[in-house]
Amino acid sequence: MHMADALLSPAVGGTMWAVSTGTIAYCSKKVTDELDERKVPLMGVLGAFLFAAQMINFSIPGTGSSGHLGGGLLLAILLGPHAAFLTIASVLLVQALFFADGGLLALGCNLFNLGFFPAFIAYPLIYRKIAGQRPGQMRLSVAAIVAATVGLQLGAFGVVVETVSSGISSLPFSTFVLFMQPIHLAIGIVEGVVTAAIVSFVHRARPELISAARPTATPGQQSLRKLLLAFLVGAMLTGGLFSWFASKDPDGLEWAIAQVSGEAELKGPEQGMHAALAALQDRIAILPDYAFRKNEAQIQDNGGSDGNGDAYPESRLGSSVSGIVGGLLALLLAFLIGFLLKKRVRRMPRAGGLP
Amino acid sequence: MASIEGRAANFRLLDQLARADTAIHRLDARAKVVVTLTFIVVVASFDRYTVAALLPFFIFPVVLAALGKLPTAYVARNVAVAIPFALAIGLFNPLFDQRVLFELGSIPISAGWISCASIVVRAVLTLSAALILIGVTGFPAVCEALERLGMPKVLAMQMQFLYRYLFVLIEDARRSARALELRSCGRLPRLPTVASLIGLLLLRTWQRADRIHMAMLARAYRGDFHSRKAGNFGSSEVAFVAGWMALFALLRVYDASQLLGALVERALP
Amino acid sequence: MSHHLVELKRLVHVYPDGTAALNEVSLRITHGECVAVIGANGAGKSTLLLHLNGCLVASSGEVRVGDFPLTKATLPQIRRTVGMVFQDPDDQLFMPTVLDDVAFGPLNLGLPPTEAEERSRNALVLVGAWHLRSKPPYLLSGGEKKRVAIATVLAMSPDILVLDEPTSGLDPFARRQLMALVRGFRHTRIIASHDLDLVIDLCERTVVLHEGRVAADGETRELFRDDALLARCRLEKPFSMQGCPVCGVVRRIA
Repeated sequence: MHMADALLSPAVGGTMWAVSTGTIAYCSKKVTDELDERKVPLMGVLGAFLFAAQMINFSIPGTGSSGHLGGGLLLAILLGPHAAFLTIASVLLVQALFFADGGLLALGCNLFNLGFFPAFIAYPLIYRKIAGQRPGQMRLSVAAIVAATVGLQLGAFGVVVETVSSGISSLPFSTFVLFMQPIHLAIGIVEGVVTAAIVSFVHRARPELISAARPTATPGQQSLRKLLLAFLVGAMLTGGLFSWFASKDPDGLEWAIAQVSGEAELKGPEQGMHAALAALQDRIAILPDYAFRKNEAQIQDNGGSDGNGDAYPESRLGSSVSGIVGGLLALLLAFLIGFLLKKRVRRMPRAGGLP
Repeated sequence: MASIEGRAANFRLLDQLARADTAIHRLDARAKVVVTLTFIVVVASFDRYTVAALLPFFIFPVVLAALGKLPTAYVARNVAVAIPFALAIGLFNPLFDQRVLFELGSIPISAGWISCASIVVRAVLTLSAALILIGVTGFPAVCEALERLGMPKVLAMQMQFLYRYLFVLIEDARRSARALELRSCGRLPRLPTVASLIGLLLLRTWQRADRIHMAMLARAYRGDFHSRKAGNFGSSEVAFVAGWMALFALLRVYDASQLLGALVERALP
Repeated sequence: MSHHLVELKRLVHVYPDGTAALNEVSLRITHGECVAVIGANGAGKSTLLLHLNGCLVASSGEVRVGDFPLTKATLPQIRRTVGMVFQDPDDQLFMPTVLDDVAFGPLNLGLPPTEAEERSRNALVLVGAWHLRSKPPYLLSGGEKKRVAIATVLAMSPDILVLDEPTSGLDPFARRQLMALVRGFRHTRIIASHDLDLVIDLCERTVVLHEGRVAADGETRELFRDDALLARCRLEKPFSMQGCPVCGVVRRIA
């Protein structure tokens, strides 16, 4: 469920980082303004708690497999959305750095998928609405299950959009969605059930911790939040649809362009400025989709294939082999340097030089 | 999923490695964080069919790990555990991208396999970079670096607390999980049991948070945090950052593998 | 003389669920005294101690430290005067390293970083833990944690030291080390403990709590001779005052 750096492009990763850091700034301000100095140690310790709790597995009835707590919704219920978001951010950072779970570039994506959706959508818009004030056992469970399920569905969808728009994976949007959503439906239900169980346990023991009466936002803030939400959802949908369209059928796109521009074949890049820029873009390739399509254009220009791109540019063929050889050599070289450095470091006297 | 004991031990080991004293460890954390992030972005910026050009990038994690005295086996093990997740998605590539790129002898290699390989290489590079960052910096220093690079103080302090109490909480959970296991007779515990175990852990944790808060109040805490150390971004840090950034730029623009390969070809009779 | 005085006047503390933890406790402790607070579990020892620096607010009654009554306004001052060491050092050591932790207090008092470090150094040297300064707390042994916890408090230069169960969980050597340390302090010391041998060794005066009330308050040795009192309060004589388990000889304490 965590996004990996390996599947991410800098553009998508960077965008999500920007979104997430913006949200962090907003949440930090809100938490600081709240002037509840208990919050910081509590947030820290609950983050550690979440970590520890995630390591305890239970059996999922009927499947024979095991599951564990996710915790985003639980944190939102215990801490409120803003503090929960910050706590989730730190949990994700520790996971990325220590347990290779998720990545550093993907941190923005993961925070959005696993933090924003539970804390700002599932909790306030679903859980609170269903649970209301002073919920009974049944209500609480239903609220938690629905909220967790929706939260995870959105999170899974986020992963799909981010992966597809990055262009590293070749999974088409439709297949990925059909693959991800049902799985996370099941996971979401389980998460909801676990969360509900824990919340009701705590509610019986110390109801003041699960105070349903959290300070509600002022009307101004509400509309701002809705606006922000609408914007974000819109951005994601647009990005997702665009890359779906783009990656699903690159040839189709070119065909469409050809139709529109009235040319049977797409001309290769023009000379001069365009060529130079194209060459540079080719190399930098921040948006790999575009580079890919550019190569497609070159196929049609050079190889004279019939627009289906079944013959990848032959110009690459020769270079591929020597590239591989060189690559392996580079790898060997890298490790050799490392090995030599290690020996040197070992032989160096320890800093401080005390026996 | 690994047991609590395993993960806890792993965590401790990494923390211990992070407290070694080498030249790399002594560098200001900001330099290391910035360079690592740049590394990951550069690796991610290659197009999906790049494999060979990525390989020279291994120089970064390898050199850092060597200078930081991080055991290769340890890093390899931890990275290997996380590869399957990226691979799970990556393996769909050959399914959906079946155009043949070239042939190795008589075996056709499709573009999908190349991009899958690319995903694996990226995964190894990025995961080891993150792990090695912690290994040569330590989490508290990374927090401080992030704070100085703009992270809000509230979040930075919260992270310090999280880290500090992670061991304590894991120990607590470990004891509870062990007690549960000893009375489970080999069966995986059911959900209500685990829910109540976690619920109790939560309540104990909350009480602990209260006590910590009292301890903080007892030492004149009023809601703000004061930092003790000043950063030291000196010439070694500048050299570190400049050097690696230049190398990344070079390797990004010029395919070093290609060049090496061409050299070899020319050298051979 | 009133400068380092601690006074409790008819202190009452009732928990949210209605149980009375402290019931009209009155106490007067003067400068330089070393007073022990003993009693059964649940007698109210920790609750009592937590009132001394305002961690708990009394339901009724008054707390005075030095010349000041404990109010919201005087709280910062009182917290500077009263240094409290908690029962579980893990709750007290919440910073990434030992030195960070010891410097936490001085920095909060507004001292510049260099001076805060100087104070921290002195405190750590005093408790014999300077060599542990860069370690994270989870790597310390029980005894080391307790000593560092004391250092965190000493760095704030309090006049009154309050210790809650200082020797619990310590091995014999660490225990002796800690006792020697505490014996050497010139501060007013208030110690809650189950370790009755520590009490008779360090504290000339003892207060016995029983079900939230003061059951006895007087000279330690006198108190431990009162078998009826001890039995009533779920206590017994310190081991050093009991018969030798091998030959049955009772050592006479003058």
